[in-house]
Amino acid sequence: MPSGKIVVENLYKVFGDNPQDAIDLLKQGWDKERILAEKGAVIGVRDVSFSVEEGEIFVLMGLSGSGKSTLIRLINRLVEPSAGNVFIDGQNVAKMPQAELVELRRRDMSMVFQSFALMPSLSVLDNAAFGLEVAGIARKEREEKAMAVLTQVGLDSFADKYPHELSGGMQQRVGLARALAVDPSMMIMDEAFSALDPLKRREMQDLLLDLQKEHRRTIIFVSHDIEEAMRIGTRIGIMEGGKLVQVGTPQELVDNPANDYVRNFFDTVDTSRYLTAGQIMTDTVPLYVHNGEAPDAAQICQELQDQDQHYAFIVNENNEFQGSISLEKIALMVNGDAVQPLEPDALQQIEPLSHDMPLEQIIGRVVETDGPVPVVDEDGQYSGSISKGSLLSRMQGESNE
Amino acid sequence: MSEKKIDLGTWVNDGVEYLLDNYSGAFDSIGGVVNGFSEALENLLMWPPAWLLIALFVALGLWRIGVKFAVFTAVSFALIVLTGFWEQTVVTLGLTFSATLISLLLGIPLGIWAASSERVATTIRPVLDFMQTMPAFVYLIPAAMLFGLGRVPGIIATVIFAMPPAVRLTNLGIRQVNKEIVEAGQSFGCTGRQLLFKVQLPNAMPSIMAGVNQTIMMALSMVIIASMVGAGGLGNEVLASIQRLDIGLGFESGMAVVLLAIILDRITESFGNPQIANRPGVFAWLNAKLQRT
Repeated sequence: MPSGKIVVENLYKVFGDNPQDAIDLLKQGWDKERILAEKGAVIGVRDVSFSVEEGEIFVLMGLSGSGKSTLIRLINRLVEPSAGNVFIDGQNVAKMPQAELVELRRRDMSMVFQSFALMPSLSVLDNAAFGLEVAGIARKEREEKAMAVLTQVGLDSFADKYPHELSGGMQQRVGLARALAVDPSMMIMDEAFSALDPLKRREMQDLLLDLQKEHRRTIIFVSHDIEEAMRIGTRIGIMEGGKLVQVGTPQELVDNPANDYVRNFFDTVDTSRYLTAGQIMTDTVPLYVHNGEAPDAAQICQELQDQDQHYAFIVNENNEFQGSISLEKIALMVNGDAVQPLEPDALQQIEPLSHDMPLEQIIGRVVETDGPVPVVDEDGQYSGSISKGSLLSRMQGESNE
Repeated sequence: MSEKKIDLGTWVNDGVEYLLDNYSGAFDSIGGVVNGFSEALENLLMWPPAWLLIALFVALGLWRIGVKFAVFTAVSFALIVLTGFWEQTVVTLGLTFSATLISLLLGIPLGIWAASSERVATTIRPVLDFMQTMPAFVYLIPAAMLFGLGRVPGIIATVIFAMPPAVRLTNLGIRQVNKEIVEAGQSFGCTGRQLLFKVQLPNAMPSIMAGVNQTIMMALSMVIIASMVGAGGLGNEVLASIQRLDIGLGFESGMAVVLLAIILDRITESFGNPQIANRPGVFAWLNAKLQRT
């Protein structure tokens, strides 16, 4: 069994009288239209396998009817699977007896809904405490916990109000508080922010990301908004016609879409906004190592001229960036009377860009710097550079796709 | 009537005869229970003096609806007392309440069952249609044969006539609860019972209360008709006015029925209206009123 917080294996959902027949026919190569026409069975989810790692936000995307809502309901078994397995922390939810399932839902998973699905007759506090009440927690304790999560989502002063007195964004904060109150290790969010206006949606995404920083939970998030998926998703899974067609990080999907369906999702977005320094950088700048002994300026000058390069970078023996020098400057040094060694203080000092810096910050830095800007990875090691030219051509490349 | 080809009526007669011959003991004990229950309820309503019962209704109207309605209630009941129909009105009220309570006791669980099973729902639907549309008088004949004359056959016939809306609207109310709200209940680990009592019933309440309101209204209209089998109350006066062609008496007693109907209708309706349903409890309300004055 593959590892992961949530592991889905060969999961099927068929709506109809004879699910097993339909699955057999699918395996024989019938398509879902033919099965619907001849057998009257609707294929909701077909042969889906994937796993979600602990602490990840896994976004499921797809058009309406692609089976994403059904798929997440198979994971907490609001919908009974027709075949296949769903493991949560190694326990098979698909085969679990009802009593254990109820226990698991109370203890370890919760759900946030598109329509908020709050109880209209309960106050905000009682709504937030709903999961705890169902689990049989005493009033005092559950109200304390509910109040704590309402404070986290910024609604503590609305505890006595009723849902209909709140705006949509605030209602969904209550929905989020209700899901957090049971302190689950995983949450399922079904188009949780889709009913909100764009500003509120962004606000809720930020709230979710902040909450994740405080306490990492495993989240499966269904969305049809690609910008939302790229913003919050650790990885994205794309569904089409009940099948999971591709899973990957946002950048993997942008760079290598499996088919036109996946590519179409990214057509409408300016994907360059999501580029990071690590993705834009190239390794065209000649690199010289200062390993206790300065490299020879004359040799560098000659090599730069030969390669038609205008800048060179110097790193130390640990591959840490030391500085940059232009051909112009090194030529002056070489042709001048005193040949200086290329010690760090003779170099142009540039603050390197970090690997994961987003495009909007990169642009400013590249513009204000003469020559290419170095990029370092998370350990501070030099890994490449971005010049004005490479930045522009990369951005043009993105918008042409 | 033209010549009969199929004699359905005779079969029904035979059926009732058969029940009477073989199960009269069962009907007697059912009748005994219904009689005891309704008598106790009537005695309860008769026990306080007229002004106290009226004050109770006025207070209820003030709490649930408002000052205007409270005044209307007071004036209506005063009119009934002054025209000399108070005692019959209380009897009618007692019959209506007994029949309503029995209808709800049977009807709401049946509605819950129908909501949980498609098969039950499709089975009871034609039965409910039959109960509701069969002319009300028709029930009185077998009821009187099986239970004898008096209050009991009246209440039994009323229950049959008034129960369908309670079943229908309970079933409908539960089925209409927002699907995601039900899923929310399930996803937080509700058991079947918790789902029913914490999610489905509270959310179906406006619809169920509309059913209760309908049941009371239909019960009130039926207990008047039930005076034909000796159920008593305002119906007796209405019946007497028809027999004596006394238009004045008919108007007076009919007016009492109408006023009672309006009062019961508004008060029960207020419990189903979501805008009013969230009103504070009676003590919280009283407290707020007292503090303001």
